[in-house]
Amino acid sequence: MKYHYTFTCTFLLATILFLSSCKENRTLPIYGLRETKDVKNSDGTTTVDTVYQTIPNFSFLNQDSLAVTNDHFKGKVYVADFFFTSCTSICPVMHRNLKTVYDKFKDNNEVMFLSHSIDFKYDTPSVLKKYAEKLGVDGPKWQFVNGTKDSIYTIAEKSYLVAVGQDSTNRDGFVHQGYLVLVDKDRRIRGAYDGTDAAQVAQLEKDIPVLLAEEKK
Amino acid sequence: MILLSLFSLTLAGIFYSCQTAEKIQQDAYYVNGRDIYIAQCQNCHGERGEGLGGLTPPLTDSVFMKTNKNQLACIIKNGMSATVTVHGKVYEGKMPSFNMADIDVAQVIVYITNAFGHQQGMYTNEQVAADLKNCK
Repeated sequence: MKYHYTFTCTFLLATILFLSSCKENRTLPIYGLRETKDVKNSDGTTTVDTVYQTIPNFSFLNQDSLAVTNDHFKGKVYVADFFFTSCTSICPVMHRNLKTVYDKFKDNNEVMFLSHSIDFKYDTPSVLKKYAEKLGVDGPKWQFVNGTKDSIYTIAEKSYLVAVGQDSTNRDGFVHQGYLVLVDKDRRIRGAYDGTDAAQVAQLEKDIPVLLAEEKK
Repeated sequence: MILLSLFSLTLAGIFYSCQTAEKIQQDAYYVNGRDIYIAQCQNCHGERGEGLGGLTPPLTDSVFMKTNKNQLACIIKNGMSATVTVHGKVYEGKMPSFNMADIDVAQVIVYITNAFGHQQGMYTNEQVAADLKNCK
């Protein structure tokens, strides 16, 4: 009888532990370089604070020929990527996948999308506008932007950590990585997903609500 | 009696499992064509030939595929910059050219004209070679 009691107790405890361990309490990692900074507290002591890599100030022209700056993404999480409209390799499938994410968060105005063109000569705002319309995107939620070669290529490699470049040996003239970069409200990189891989894009769909929930706390 | 019925059953089995040489060749073209399609075409035209919004036309318009069948080889090999109407919708983008051997073009054509709800049968590399002489 005593054994029976112990067994029941153990079983109950195990069940409770097992069930409570299932609770999802996930946070996304913070990517990029980080450094430390000594901070003086009000009482005279100093503590060490971490400074994370952030997306710097930018200003690009969008598909409506309007300047897009960081202010447009204030208080929002956004997905950034790099493409060009005449691309025949990975861009179509990247944007096919990103469009499904866009459709899913269409009514959530805390989520935005930012596609940078790396074809600084050809992809003028009117070309980008046509591209957006054909993709089925309307309104300011998904911005397609164009800037000088230097500004786009620098922000890609230094800030979003996506490799881009001009390549005369490539048939399309440009090469780039297909990452979809998830940026939080504090301009920090919280995820990078291969836009050509449906499984990773599905993960992005799951991670956006996690990030939104975290920022509500 | 049992022997007889067994015999006739076997005969019927042989009869139904039998495929013509042409059908076997078509299946081989179809399978190879699918591999080429996945590698070269699927990015834009999609896994199910559904196209991409207003950017890339779908390959699911059976009437288009039938009436333009002898132009498919030219479109694949030389690309396309003219506007095209598919399913009643006008597409004006540019399709790049694909440098493929005639047999690869034939295999892709067999795949795209027999997948996505089409059933147009075999297309040989001789037909492709003839088509390529008459490109618009």
